[in-house]
Amino acid sequence: MNSNPEVNDPFAGERLKESHFHPRQALLNLRDAWSSWNGYKFADYYYDEEYEYFCVRNSCATYDICPMQKYIVSGPDAEAMLDRMVTRDLTKLKENRVTYVCWCTDEGRLIDDGTIFRLEADRFLLTCGSPSLAWLRKSAFGFDELQITDMSDTIAALSLQGPTSCEVLKKMGLVGIENLKPFCIAHFPFAGSEGTPLMASRTGFTGDLGYELWISPDLALAFWDALYAAGENYGIQPYGEAATNMARLEAGFIMPGMEFNEALKTIHFQYDQTPFELSLDWLVDFKKPHFNGRKALLKARDQGAEYTLIKLDIEGNKPAEESFLYSDQDCSKEIGYVTSAMWSPVVKANIALAMVETAALKGSIWAEIYYSKELRHHSKVAKCTIQEKPFWAPERARATPPAAF
Amino acid sequence: MKKYDAIIVGAGHNGLTNAAYLAKAGLDVLVVEKNEYIGGAAVTREMHDGWFYSSCSYVCSMMRQTIHRDLNLTKHGLVLVPYLGTVVFADNGDTMTSYHSEEAEYNQLRRRSPHDADAMFRFQTDLGRYAQLIRKTLLRTPPDPTSFRPRDIRELLWLAKEFWSLGEKELYEYIRFFTMSAADFLDDYFEDDLLKAAMASPGVIGTALGVYSPGSAYILLHHVMGDVDGNVGAWGLARGGMGAISNAIAGALQEQGGEIRTNAGVDKIVVKNGRATGVVLDNGDELQANIVVSNMDAKRTFTQCMDKNDLPPGIYEKAKNFKIRGSSGKVNIALSSLPKFNNVADNRYINRGGQGFVGSMETMERAYDCWKHGRWSEDPFIESVIPSAWDPTVAPPGQHWMSNFVQYCPSQLADGPWTPEKRDAFGQTVINKIERYSPGFKDLIVHMEVRTPHDIEAEVGLTEGNIFQGELTIDQLLFNRPFPGYAQYRMPIKNMYMCGSSTHPGGGVSSACGANAAREILIDLKRPNTVPKDDFYDE
Repeated sequence: MNSNPEVNDPFAGERLKESHFHPRQALLNLRDAWSSWNGYKFADYYYDEEYEYFCVRNSCATYDICPMQKYIVSGPDAEAMLDRMVTRDLTKLKENRVTYVCWCTDEGRLIDDGTIFRLEADRFLLTCGSPSLAWLRKSAFGFDELQITDMSDTIAALSLQGPTSCEVLKKMGLVGIENLKPFCIAHFPFAGSEGTPLMASRTGFTGDLGYELWISPDLALAFWDALYAAGENYGIQPYGEAATNMARLEAGFIMPGMEFNEALKTIHFQYDQTPFELSLDWLVDFKKPHFNGRKALLKARDQGAEYTLIKLDIEGNKPAEESFLYSDQDCSKEIGYVTSAMWSPVVKANIALAMVETAALKGSIWAEIYYSKELRHHSKVAKCTIQEKPFWAPERARATPPAAF
Repeated sequence: MKKYDAIIVGAGHNGLTNAAYLAKAGLDVLVVEKNEYIGGAAVTREMHDGWFYSSCSYVCSMMRQTIHRDLNLTKHGLVLVPYLGTVVFADNGDTMTSYHSEEAEYNQLRRRSPHDADAMFRFQTDLGRYAQLIRKTLLRTPPDPTSFRPRDIRELLWLAKEFWSLGEKELYEYIRFFTMSAADFLDDYFEDDLLKAAMASPGVIGTALGVYSPGSAYILLHHVMGDVDGNVGAWGLARGGMGAISNAIAGALQEQGGEIRTNAGVDKIVVKNGRATGVVLDNGDELQANIVVSNMDAKRTFTQCMDKNDLPPGIYEKAKNFKIRGSSGKVNIALSSLPKFNNVADNRYINRGGQGFVGSMETMERAYDCWKHGRWSEDPFIESVIPSAWDPTVAPPGQHWMSNFVQYCPSQLADGPWTPEKRDAFGQTVINKIERYSPGFKDLIVHMEVRTPHDIEAEVGLTEGNIFQGELTIDQLLFNRPFPGYAQYRMPIKNMYMCGSSTHPGGGVSSACGANAAREILIDLKRPNTVPKDDFYDE
């Protein structure tokens, strides 16, 4: 940030962009722990990652999703175009509903995942982690009656997650928010502005009760202030990338750069993944007509995935970060690798997501874990147990209306 | 009449843990509890409309993570959340905050004393070294140093090896440390009095000792060797209050088919032909069991719930003389808003932590003097936490619950028995002191529950209201706890065991005593062991 506006900043073009919520978030970022996301200055954490993680699990916390990519796809062909791009059947998506989707190359390799909001019959909002405009345009070939607008910088958005999140929104005056079901959208008036400029969706990336809130940038700070005033007695706190990564792993959600390598950024042959390898079979709908990658995915399904993403509960307490997995305790036969791992403070378990040879899933799984103690490196071999369900899936995440905390 | 495999007396967290592990091994267990609710001193009670007090114990860091995980207590509703930033108050109004970040902590200490800021690293390292060793013993049965059984010899050798691994110099220091006062120990490191008072306070909590009394250094260690998710020294709150811990363990117990009976106080443990055979309840009902496990403290078990003639010579005297003196009271306060304190920044990271009204080393010692003379401290040491600032479940939004642990407060007063008037006067002493640091505090009070050691004994059953079920001094630790020769959870009567905090490793909501006792019982019954090894230090 250029602290002295009188002096011309020769690096102005190089500096990271600031989010619409930056002035408020910077104030709370005591540790100046900034990293970046899509060109935006982005908090890794604000005070302490574990504290922020616990706000998500114990009270409520906000995560800045301004840097997330957002595209409006509208027009008579919008539905058909998106339906051809993603693997899920979008024609079933009703208005004011959200769905989780992924899209693939012709070879059936995963490009990215994201969410699609059906705002109106022929108006969709697509959100995803990485810039996707070029792929959207490519996917729109042959569809004349539609428009793709990059709204990434022109929608301010904040994710509010945690057990008290519904109470806070109620307190803020979002009448009826408690009746909003998971993956549904509602619009609310805000601060005397005309109409209903505040959109809320019951979505998130934490596996907990939570909402994402969408508003125009000129109202962003007023919205922040109203939200934080309402949340004052409900433990509201911003959280950054570090806490997000903890929460999403407990929920069993995949992350680009961790569980999958985006196909369009993969140099080595088949170092990217199919949805089947990522255990996203349920996202691929072969009942619908042609979609991108369909033929390759049919073949991949019939052949069976070579690797499968699984959830592991690992004995001991040393996180199995970047561990190799073996079928035996002597580590003689390698069968896979860990993609993400952590000690889960809420479950009190040593958890991980891992890519394992599908053929080896029936046998036992051992992780060779490396850790260091006061500079000295150690390793241990720990038994792993496959876990079918997410590590953390509280009832409140599904309940409508959710309990007060 | 039905005969249980085991009856456990007292549904405190250790009793429930013990029962859960016995039930897991397939035993038909019954836990009997005198109160209409379970939890003992790890309990949450709605004492005022919308306010849920952790009436007795109020924070947690000893809870064995291994047990939490093994019994799947999260599934049964337990979430432990670490809390941040404690502010300590000096007599002169000066304050000091402990931050959750090493850099912030260093800067804060440096402002007071550059020397102490540096010395803190050495202090933490030494304490970490001592803590590491003791932590390893928590989920192990202490060896009997006079026994030649292979298991005892093996454990003794293990213990000796662990001690020797400290190195010769540290070994001397460690032996010294066990008998030192907190004050002497801290003088080795620090010059700032407020810092010393803050660090010394855990050396006297729950104990009838002063900061200058020998033995208080170890108690300090006992309070900082716990952890939350591997962060040694960190403290946490149980979401929903301390009762969430007991309720979760009870959930695990019931899932295994174990039974809990409340409103079932035990009048006597029945002994026939030198064997425990069951219990007689207060209402006269007799229940039979192959074994009886007492989760009551050692003094109460042997001097109140057993016939003196059933006991081998000496045990009654040992129990009678067991050091379990009441020294602390508890004041639970419902507040209409978050109190503001003088010289404390209105900072979200600080005001979600605790408050330590320590005054100074001198003030702490003077407070102890009152206790010696059979009076509550005129200027007490108070350790406070406002859990509602962090836990949304324990008070209405925007209103708060403040837990105040107060020292010193005797179980027996010099001027005659406790009366409601004296109890109120004690409560007034406490809120007067807080008001000094937080003008207007009293106006925020919506409801207040004052608990003297006498009240805690009457309600929870802890003799003299001693929070540790017996003081944590070297004469009552490890193979000396509760009595030399009886530290392995087996009592002098056949088929009778103890599983409460009167046994190793002592007080604190750790579940370790209950789990250790279960392991010994299962060995005696030749059942497969269900108690996990503490995997926290398996490397």
